[in-house]
Amino acid sequence: MGDMNLIGTSVKRKEDYRFLTGGGTYTDDVQLDRQTYAYFVRSPHAHATVKRIDKDKALKAPGVIAVFTGEDLATAKVAGLPCGWLITDVNGQPMKEPAHPPLAQGKVRYVGDHVAVVIADSYLQAKDGGELVEVDYDVLPAVVNVGEARKKGAPGLHEIAPDNTCYVWALGDKAAVDKAFASAHHVTQLDFVNNRLIPNAVEPRAALASYNRAEDSYTLYVASQNPHVERLLMTAFVLGLPEHKVRVIAPDVGGGFGSKIYLYAEDVVVTWASRQINRPVKWTAERSESFLSDAHGRDHLTHAELALDQDGKFVAMRVQTTAAMGAYLSTFASCIPTILYATLLAGQYTTPLIYCEVTAVFTNTAPVDAYRGAGRPEATYVVERLVETAAREMKLDPAEIRRRNFIREFPYQTPVALLYDTGNYEATLGEAMKLADVAGFPARKQEAAARGKLRGLGYAAYIEACGIAPSNVAGSLGARAGLFEAGEVRVHPTGKVTVFTGSHSHGQGHETTFAQVVASRLGIALDDVDIVHGDTGRVLFGMGTYGSRSIAVGGTAIVKAVDKVIAKGKKIAAHLMEAAEADVEFADGVFKVAGTDKEIPFAQVALTAYVPHNYPLGKLEPGLNENAFYDPTNFTFPAGTYVCEVEVDPDTGRTEIVSFTAVDDFGKIINPMIVAGQVHGGLTQGIGQALLEGCRYDKDSGQLVTGSMLDYCMPRADDVPSFKLDTKETPCTHNPLGVKGCGEAGAIGAPAAVMNALTDALGVRDLEMPATPERVWRALQQTKMRKAA
Amino acid sequence: MSLKVSMTVNGKPVTADVEPRTLLVDFIRAQLRLTGTHVGCDTAQCGACTIHMNGSAVKSCNMLVLQAQGADIVTIEGIASVDGKLHPMQEAFRDHHGLQCGFCTPGMVMSAIDLAQRHSSLTEATIRAELDGNICRCTGYHNIVKAVQAGAQAMRS
Repeated sequence: MGDMNLIGTSVKRKEDYRFLTGGGTYTDDVQLDRQTYAYFVRSPHAHATVKRIDKDKALKAPGVIAVFTGEDLATAKVAGLPCGWLITDVNGQPMKEPAHPPLAQGKVRYVGDHVAVVIADSYLQAKDGGELVEVDYDVLPAVVNVGEARKKGAPGLHEIAPDNTCYVWALGDKAAVDKAFASAHHVTQLDFVNNRLIPNAVEPRAALASYNRAEDSYTLYVASQNPHVERLLMTAFVLGLPEHKVRVIAPDVGGGFGSKIYLYAEDVVVTWASRQINRPVKWTAERSESFLSDAHGRDHLTHAELALDQDGKFVAMRVQTTAAMGAYLSTFASCIPTILYATLLAGQYTTPLIYCEVTAVFTNTAPVDAYRGAGRPEATYVVERLVETAAREMKLDPAEIRRRNFIREFPYQTPVALLYDTGNYEATLGEAMKLADVAGFPARKQEAAARGKLRGLGYAAYIEACGIAPSNVAGSLGARAGLFEAGEVRVHPTGKVTVFTGSHSHGQGHETTFAQVVASRLGIALDDVDIVHGDTGRVLFGMGTYGSRSIAVGGTAIVKAVDKVIAKGKKIAAHLMEAAEADVEFADGVFKVAGTDKEIPFAQVALTAYVPHNYPLGKLEPGLNENAFYDPTNFTFPAGTYVCEVEVDPDTGRTEIVSFTAVDDFGKIINPMIVAGQVHGGLTQGIGQALLEGCRYDKDSGQLVTGSMLDYCMPRADDVPSFKLDTKETPCTHNPLGVKGCGEAGAIGAPAAVMNALTDALGVRDLEMPATPERVWRALQQTKMRKAA
Repeated sequence: MSLKVSMTVNGKPVTADVEPRTLLVDFIRAQLRLTGTHVGCDTAQCGACTIHMNGSAVKSCNMLVLQAQGADIVTIEGIASVDGKLHPMQEAFRDHHGLQCGFCTPGMVMSAIDLAQRHSSLTEATIRAELDGNICRCTGYHNIVKAVQAGAQAMRS
């Protein structure tokens, strides 16, 4: 008998034993016979013409097998890396899509850009060989800052976009918004930098490709969040290989956070090269390569305004954002600051009029794409910093101003395209205030002041759109592919079950959560269900894991497949029990004839399905194995309120997060332990953005200044507190599990909460992220000087 | 040029020919094929490569294999019992959901065992300070701290 109480239970994870004992298999752990190693020669310049590449010396170095450059790829007709989302600009023109060659074609456009690959018997030999590749560059002026890309005289990166503009895109009724602003009682304005972040999954990217000449087939092991998408893009658009001859395996993957969604140059090059040399080729990034060449996140410059009436009701919002794309368009780059950003600017509020204009620019930096939250942290930052600032300016309590503007009736159509199905923002705010003991804050502030410390409290009431995506909606917005998910439930003759999912787990615990869903629905034991993911050779299809979509989209596909299994099982059971199919019920792992004591356990039906002596062969095929595809009818809308309390040491500028409370509404929760873990991790990345992490390129040389973990401040255990969490539950109305997704929430809500708390503590209007001790200290000195003057 | 190196790894004697510039972690991973020890940053920041050498936690990405000549090395593969039963610290990580993607986990567990051995009692502040050399991008440390506290207690009892 199965455990019927699996849903909502903190089951210990099935995957943990292998990870805890060193038994995981990450890409770099795979070692193939006759394996070779690739080293990428990268551009040391932010912008340069490549005049000449001489591989002769490298080719003579010990162990070196081959050296390939862009010229070799061009001769072999290897195409550029594609972008999966077409944005149409305000003039109806398609975005500018410059070629994105896997190895440079005459020009390099950022430090770390790929120039050549050296392949050798050992990694050190490949690296030594790389030192011997002679490259002559004509160095060109570079532009690395998002705010300077379109300035007069800025060097252009691509011929097709001489002003470095990829697109100018807009959403909303500008005329109506402008009119509302003209007659508004109060306008709050802020200018934001949403700091560029480097994802830094602890497992560096890696790819190991092998070519089998006998079969004319390829196998690529790669640290990827979506192996099917990787295969589709690589075979159909870049290498022109037959898709059925390429198997892509994303085995255990050590964190993704978005950075492992994309098709990268290295993946393509090692796959192509494995055939050229007829040996497996492995590449594993050194951490400095991760910094240089993983897709970065955020990097927005924004001017935002909120118009309010005399009661603090929001009447309109106007937002202008410039967003960096980096040097080339990464796989989903174009949709992040548009579709996943502007559409979220209503937040949890009834703001009736919103206009947002986004200008996407090319800069001489690593490409920018989705990083945990992807567009939604930027939107939440804009909304929640504006709201908190407006409350301060209008002398309203920040919780009260939110309450006056909350959406309270659902479904709710926002002015920025989304239709919220359900939510209860009052509930999450109220619970967060209780848990955070907001009422006791004045006393704590006073007590801190007595110790010479500055205390502040800040809120962020975030919303996100997850479960991407209803394919027709995504398509109408420019997605070049639908974003549904596939699942397969294979019942074995003994009633044990293997589930194949197109979602991918790289820390999220799908092997446990998805098994809980299947075991509870089939009424069988958790141990009788295994989840398989991450292998195009075993899983039918998948769009992968990002945008907190796994349980809402992938989970639903699995539920659909389970329900097909049950439906077929009823037919078989009806035959065995000589009953009408309509009279057969299924519950707790048992098929029963209603109103009788006749019953057959699930495992017996499974056995009958495969090895029948007595089976309705004329009416029904044997076997018990079902596929399902699920295309969601809407996005899901997780939401919640975060309350952050900070204490600042005015002498050092150091900020301590003394308390952080998060109350989220993720709809139904399958495994509360896993969900809490997702929130903890997201919050820490959000706190990292607010206080610690900031990618910096040198303005003049274009060098990445924050190019190692010694220079880029990753959150450590003593940078964050233990968190206070709770959840409220309004089930999603349009998927059978009632689930919404939880992976990104923490990273979306935390930055605004921290910065609202910090500006409250310091008594300043704004402060740029990351609010390092230096920035905090300088802000305090400026305040002092202003007061003295 | 290759040199001979000998050491004990997870209780078994090991002798091998190595290139002098081989890092200890690469020797463990590529030559001994003990792939539980990971490389995350190459600069001794992330701690994914943490192992025990002569009873203390060290970062194996920042040592040459020749520096381990004659040493007693224990990797994550040598922590659970031979019959597969988890060490109390491993058990605590599982019980408290102190891991997600699992990549930092072996190093985290090796550091946690070491710090539990060095401190007779562990406050949250001590654990957080001591874990400074191990970076986790998934868990936000919340559950790791709980796991270390519980694991340390279980090791003492």
